[in-house]
Amino acid sequence: MAILIRGGDLVDPVKGLIEKQDLIVEGGRVSRILPAGAFSELNPGISIIDASGMLIIPGMIDMHVHLREPGYEYKETIESGSLAGVAGGFTGLACMPNTDPANDNVSVTEFILRQSAKAGKLKVYPIAAITKGRKGETLTEFGDLKKAGAVGLSDDGSPVVNSELMRRAIEYARYHGLAVISHCEDINLSGEGVMHEGMISTQIGLKGIPSASEEVMVQREISLARLTGCPVHIAHVSTAGSVNAIRRAKEDGVPVTAETAPHYFSLDHGSVVGYDTNAKINPPLRTQEDILAIKKGLAEDVIDVIATDHAPHNLLEKNLEFDKAAFGIIGLETALPLTLALVREGVLTIQAIVRKLTCSPASILRVDRGVIREGSVADLAIIDPECEYILKEEDILSKSRNTPFIGKKLKGRNMLTIFEGQIVWSRDSKHIGCR
Amino acid sequence: MEGFNHKDLLGMGQLSVRDIELILDTAESMKEVSQRDIKKVPTLRGKSIVNFFYEPSTRTRASFELAAKRLSADTISLSSSGSSMTKGETLMDTAKNLQAMNPDLIVLRHSSSGAPHMLAPEIKAGIINAGDGTNEHPTQALLDLFTIREKKGRLQGLKVAIIGDIKHSRVARSNIIGLKKMGADVTISGPPTMIPVNAESLGVDVINNPAEAIKDKDVIMVLRIQLERQSKLLFPTAREYSTYFGINRETLKNAKEDAIVMHPGPINRGVELASDVADGPFSVILEQVTNGVAVRMALLYLLVGGHKSGNID
Repeated sequence: MAILIRGGDLVDPVKGLIEKQDLIVEGGRVSRILPAGAFSELNPGISIIDASGMLIIPGMIDMHVHLREPGYEYKETIESGSLAGVAGGFTGLACMPNTDPANDNVSVTEFILRQSAKAGKLKVYPIAAITKGRKGETLTEFGDLKKAGAVGLSDDGSPVVNSELMRRAIEYARYHGLAVISHCEDINLSGEGVMHEGMISTQIGLKGIPSASEEVMVQREISLARLTGCPVHIAHVSTAGSVNAIRRAKEDGVPVTAETAPHYFSLDHGSVVGYDTNAKINPPLRTQEDILAIKKGLAEDVIDVIATDHAPHNLLEKNLEFDKAAFGIIGLETALPLTLALVREGVLTIQAIVRKLTCSPASILRVDRGVIREGSVADLAIIDPECEYILKEEDILSKSRNTPFIGKKLKGRNMLTIFEGQIVWSRDSKHIGCR
Repeated sequence: MEGFNHKDLLGMGQLSVRDIELILDTAESMKEVSQRDIKKVPTLRGKSIVNFFYEPSTRTRASFELAAKRLSADTISLSSSGSSMTKGETLMDTAKNLQAMNPDLIVLRHSSSGAPHMLAPEIKAGIINAGDGTNEHPTQALLDLFTIREKKGRLQGLKVAIIGDIKHSRVARSNIIGLKKMGADVTISGPPTMIPVNAESLGVDVINNPAEAIKDKDVIMVLRIQLERQSKLLFPTAREYSTYFGINRETLKNAKEDAIVMHPGPINRGVELASDVADGPFSVILEQVTNGVAVRMALLYLLVGGHKSGNID
């Protein structure tokens, strides 16, 4: 069953080009890419997608999500998270190991892969725990986890407090070709903090998490990467100080990469005023100066990747007193419009944001996706960068609704997602003609 | 009488200067009631008030109860140990269940900043914030403003020093907002570990050394130091705190001659405040407690709508 996608602008994040090109998807792969209109002789059985006015991009890869299964299926399942993912334009999700039980052994990794195959909507890349039970005490079996299908390691949600253990982790992980993703936080500095420590925390009487809580750990990871020559990936960068530290490290040739999340360049700590628990995130929403530094870091490729840190929580955990509510917001369905805003602001080109959402994370995780070329696996998203809409709670496909963007006007929307050659999701709108 | 158009009292920020003046003026008449032989008026007869204290409190709770009883309201008191909270019910559920019994007002003391703000839009009854976490304690600030005005005859132009753990003090935050609103100058003081970041955004001066901070001040407000949790102590020992940051007769010499000394209680005698100052001629600490009842009577009266039925005699 072949599909012709025609009339759209094809974004090639590797070459950094946008060109009017048509492509044929066949046998799960992109079989042909030709200049617009070149396919005049059509096979009778081919289905045609009219992508006029749309951008065709590689299916996006979110290297930092929480799919909550096993253990917290009331918040999200691999199936519901996959649906939210393909709706948002993603065809690959790297899921963090803070499940119950934690993904610290082969059986959990295999379970996750089984569940994702059953859902069949996108590729799930398990991130296994660095330490058993994410307790920061002993390393997990990196070799077996890799063989079972894990692509990276992280104790996300918690830092690896023991610096010597972290050193061993990055040294040993390199041998197995696994990315190490560090949740940078000094838990003593964070203490009982629930929002960014700054003017707003002082005014509304909430305990603060200082920027230094993240930055001291970023500095440590840079030191360890410098010491060992082994790569470290910094998760969810939220502060100007972290951006500056990573910039200097990269200039020195230290093998460090970094990601930020759309909320860290879209919202500041003022969102917490009124004690909105949907603005409670760790690391917390910071200041306008931090937002500017993160945008600059994205523009200068100090920050390689945009990942959502999609963190679904049930109302049970959010409809509470602010300091008792859970940290985290969902992000799969808002990542694209929030990131496209950077293009309109002139911070990044379309090609650059697509790169940070596709081939950059793919290369850090060493997975062979995130590109569109003849012969590549046909993971595609067809997006309308001009589509404006209000995010409505009932439209959210994630099992959880914890996002501060409900009711907000967003611009830019995924219209159709193809995973391994199959249409796995379509907005079914008149904007795109599918027949 | 001009109206008091609030359903809730969540914080000092929501009150206008006129609102504050109205509360303080009303409290003067209430204080008079409290000094009578028969300390009871029928103003709030038939109204029900729930005192809902998720955190231990002696002074504030007794003060609200007496205030309600002196106005003839029916009151019940709930504390966290005796409430469904210990059975795992959420605050929102407990509050909605209370609402189902149709009270006129809920007085809420809670350890989480923003707890009353969360309930207010969901609950028909009015809510008085009787202290939320490290955020605000507006009725304490109002009784402090009342006491200062009573002693000094004004608030405008007064110089006030607040000394202690400003960072974690809801009393300080409410007083700063209230005092600034009424035209007073505020200086905060204490060890750097107790001064919040961006303190200047509160519109105050910061002078760490209390002896310097109280120089030429009309009002010295000393805060309670939390000694309960040694691991979270923001200073090495109580002894060292009292040496460098405690207020005693010696440090007090820097203040204006007629300065008053205030403390929201309970006092750690010999730590943040020397006994001879707490019990000395400058101290208005017990008057604060007396005025607390009057100010809370005024608030109950204004919020529950008793004023619509006329006068308080």
